[in-house]
Amino acid sequence: MTRTAVAPEREPAVRKAAPGGAPAPRRSGRRRIALPYLLLLPALLLELLVHLVPMLMGIGMSFKELTQFYIRDWSAAPWAGLDNFAVSIDFDAPVGQALLKSFLTTCLFTVLSVALCWFLGTAAAIFLQEEFRGRGFLRTLFLVPYALPVYTAVITWAFMFQRDNGLINHVLHDQLGIGDSPAFWLIGDNSFWALLVVSVWKGWPFAFLTVMAGLQNIPRDMYEAASLDGAGVLQQIRHITLPSLRPVNQILVLVLFLWTFNDFNTPFVLFGEAAPEAADLISLHIYQSSFQTWNFGTGSAMSVLLLLFLLVVTGVYLLLTTRGRKTSDV
Amino acid sequence: MSENALRHTGRAPRRTARARGRTARRSPMAAPRSFLWTRRIFLTLLTTFVLLPVFVMVSSSLKPLEDVSGKFRWIPSGITFRPYLDIWETVPLADYFVNSIVVAGAATVFSVVVAIFAAYGVSRYDFRGKRVFTVTVLSTQMFPGILFLLPLFLIYVNIGNATGIALFGSREGLVLTYLTFSLPFSIWMLTGYFDSIPRELDEAAKVDGCGPVKALFRVIVPAASPGIIAVAVYAFMTAWGEVLFASVMTNDTTRTLAVGLQGYATQNDVYWNQVMAASLVVSVPVVVGFLLLQRYLVAGLTAGAVK
Amino acid sequence: MRRIRAAVTGAVTLSLAFTATACGGGESGEATPKTLTYWATNQGSSLEVDKKVLQPELDRFEEETGIKVKLEVIPWSDLLNRILTATTSGQGPDVLNIGNTWSASLQSTGALLPFDAKNFEAIGGKDRFVDSALGSTGVAGKDPAAVPLYSMAYALYYNKQMFKDAGIAKPPTTWEEVAAAGKKLSKDGKWGIGVEGSNLSNNIHQVFVLAKQHGADFFTADGKADFTSDGAVAAVKQYVDLMATQKIVAPGNAEYAQNQSLSDFAKDRTGMVLWQTPSQTFASQGMAPEEWGVAPAPVPAGKPGQGKQTNSMVAGINMAVFKNTKNLDGALKFVKFMTSDEEQILLNKAYGSVPPVKGAQKDPVFADPALDVIRDTLATSAAALPQVPEESQFETVVGTAVKELFADAAAGRPVTTESVRAKLEKAQQQMPKK
Repeated sequence: MTRTAVAPEREPAVRKAAPGGAPAPRRSGRRRIALPYLLLLPALLLELLVHLVPMLMGIGMSFKELTQFYIRDWSAAPWAGLDNFAVSIDFDAPVGQALLKSFLTTCLFTVLSVALCWFLGTAAAIFLQEEFRGRGFLRTLFLVPYALPVYTAVITWAFMFQRDNGLINHVLHDQLGIGDSPAFWLIGDNSFWALLVVSVWKGWPFAFLTVMAGLQNIPRDMYEAASLDGAGVLQQIRHITLPSLRPVNQILVLVLFLWTFNDFNTPFVLFGEAAPEAADLISLHIYQSSFQTWNFGTGSAMSVLLLLFLLVVTGVYLLLTTRGRKTSDV
Repeated sequence: MSENALRHTGRAPRRTARARGRTARRSPMAAPRSFLWTRRIFLTLLTTFVLLPVFVMVSSSLKPLEDVSGKFRWIPSGITFRPYLDIWETVPLADYFVNSIVVAGAATVFSVVVAIFAAYGVSRYDFRGKRVFTVTVLSTQMFPGILFLLPLFLIYVNIGNATGIALFGSREGLVLTYLTFSLPFSIWMLTGYFDSIPRELDEAAKVDGCGPVKALFRVIVPAASPGIIAVAVYAFMTAWGEVLFASVMTNDTTRTLAVGLQGYATQNDVYWNQVMAASLVVSVPVVVGFLLLQRYLVAGLTAGAVK
Repeated sequence: MRRIRAAVTGAVTLSLAFTATACGGGESGEATPKTLTYWATNQGSSLEVDKKVLQPELDRFEEETGIKVKLEVIPWSDLLNRILTATTSGQGPDVLNIGNTWSASLQSTGALLPFDAKNFEAIGGKDRFVDSALGSTGVAGKDPAAVPLYSMAYALYYNKQMFKDAGIAKPPTTWEEVAAAGKKLSKDGKWGIGVEGSNLSNNIHQVFVLAKQHGADFFTADGKADFTSDGAVAAVKQYVDLMATQKIVAPGNAEYAQNQSLSDFAKDRTGMVLWQTPSQTFASQGMAPEEWGVAPAPVPAGKPGQGKQTNSMVAGINMAVFKNTKNLDGALKFVKFMTSDEEQILLNKAYGSVPPVKGAQKDPVFADPALDVIRDTLATSAAALPQVPEESQFETVVGTAVKELFADAAAGRPVTTESVRAKLEKAQQQMPKK
């Protein structure tokens, strides 16, 4: 199979040239139309059962007064109209204020976490692209945080973040002498940073893995050509590696964003049932507003608001990144 | 481990000769000194960051309970292997481990296969409703998972009542749930990987007489194998670590590790040393699995193109 | 071409085939009249210990009645969610244990079988149970949603050696004496008393008792939330002041939620803890029974004084029957068996708790100074937490408020009557409107 190298980033142009993918005039028209749907069908059925129908039910719940008195028989719960939404976005009352604060905290947290995860993952993947002693070892080691069950990883960090008995304060306070008294990491304002550290520790190997796999598709000839042209390492990274990673990065960043934004396990294991205000992520907040207060109507209304917000963000993101990609191709 | 990597490169040149998209395993130009130093510093810091909790886990798992519930110390006052014996007594760890492996394994296999089909459809065909499909699938990731819990449980119970298929409390129900959890991201990521594979590859296969599905498995899947491995790892870890759904959808015969490990934090006491020991014991097979997958992760396109 | 179609059909049927294999995997399906499912709470030092304690008794029950009981011990972290999903879907156990403070909340969902006269008759009568324990089984005036199974109460545990070293002759009985003893104990890195600042339930138990001592309650007689009364504010402030102004609590306790205060106590780092039946934990932390003493929990000085004034909540575990059970008769038989004198003696002894059944309480195995204190407290000076449907919301919001106040105190920020009131005000506004 001798074939000229096709740079990945030129690929969309190729696609445009061949709309409809497989030009297979021999096939009957109907089958060609049916095939993609058949390919999607299993995924669609599963998504319907486990995600979409429950999601629609969740949206339905947001219009009901679904408190503990009615959870046994949902159909008996009275309609609440927009009351649940009104409570959630009444920013003068404590419930709305708390939700808004939690939302802003989550936004800041997500941006920082995604940026750090992406940076560490990409940098590590690029640094490990070349052969050197210990590369295989590091490559495996870096996946260890990802291989640990979430509970284990987070509980270990919680153990390290203990004020009096933890390793972090032992190093910072006892050994380096920072601060007059040991800091709290699991309560109070520092808890935000503790959560960020845990989230990045747990999340960056995923970015590493994804980028590493993406790097495998970059043809070596491109680097060779570039280095013949006299491009240095940095230029090669900037002009070959990063552009080639664009399709992978577009998804990766989106995935990390949604994932981090809705992350429940990490704060839940780290802080338990009540997160400190500084680290009150939206998912935990909604959990508190539904499961712990047994008011699933309000919890659902908050979730629906969240869904709308994330839909808008994702839409804008996809629009911007896709367009950016096209113009850079031209 | 590094031996493994060396062996791998040792074999590589044979393929290089004919490979189209050789991976950039060695930079063609000798990297400048500054680059090497940056790399050294960066990787050292990152390794420390990664290893710190691992060190804590290992050392704590070898300490007596009095040590771990007291002030942290780098060097334990005494080393004991007791926790590694006690973990089997405190909770039925082996059962949980088997449950987790079965559930996560099955969820991964199904999820990857379903995602490959879907991603192939999205990547290689234009059809009405494509955007709707992709955006809908993605939107499921924007609704807080916890709010799925009650409706999903209701659906499973109703399916159970209607058909006699027990989806809650069973491993199967958990597999079904988890495979769907990882599906949206898997489809999106695989679409990305498939997009980056030149279309000439599968079109050539079709010219050679392969049908679209055969072309998928003959050409695209091998070429995208690093991406598929990455997705599989993601699907596995999603199922492996999930806490909330597992906590309500399992009973004590089907409980998974993610939930079962919490059994070391009891009403009376948190057995930190046992938590750490148990976590290490159950993580070793997973890390070894990663290790074995690594070679495929880098073999990827090379292997596919040579074929 | 045929192969393509086969492959595609294969993909389509994948999910169907997959669900088909799911047949027969279920555990908690239809309950035949000869079996029962029982959810037990984690009482012992681990889930496995609980199984070892309970299984022989369940076997004996099967011998007597021919009914097989399928036991599942549920960790505390999962219990409420499991009950919630069971309630929502109607698919639950036949018999289950609940924390007794949840009784009224769960009662309001209608998922639990009310113990009316007839059902009490079936398990041997209501008057077999201790009154105070019955006070924590549901809203007053309604048929109880559960019956008491194990009882506990708070008491003051003190470290004998530390007391001796500090020159404290006898354990404190009033809060003033606690403060004085705490001052003497708090030096050289040691502290007077331990708290679990981030444990919401524990916070609630403590401030509830203090509020009672201030003559206040967190709910009005007709069941409305009333968190900001002077008494309630004073109670919360008094509790947080142990750390904030009296400084007899180590600041680090603000983040405790996993019984670290017991481990501090067992390691001679704090001199006192207010706790319910911690002897098993002390033992597992290497503290011998003769190293610690126990006294009734403190009360304010003056009238009505120790033994009359409320100094504990009624703690314990209740046993309930899930209304959807298909084997009501068997379920009641099982409840009767578990609350029989014989089983009560055996189980409460194993768990270090006090039987809420009068006949069993008299047994000599419970003639132990540590248990005497608890039994007396339960008999004379323990009060049930508010038996209102919103109890679990109350635990969450007020427990969180106290946690945040401890965080303030630990960080050195002042805790004033105003700041306490503001936190409680915020908590109250988060309660469902009635």
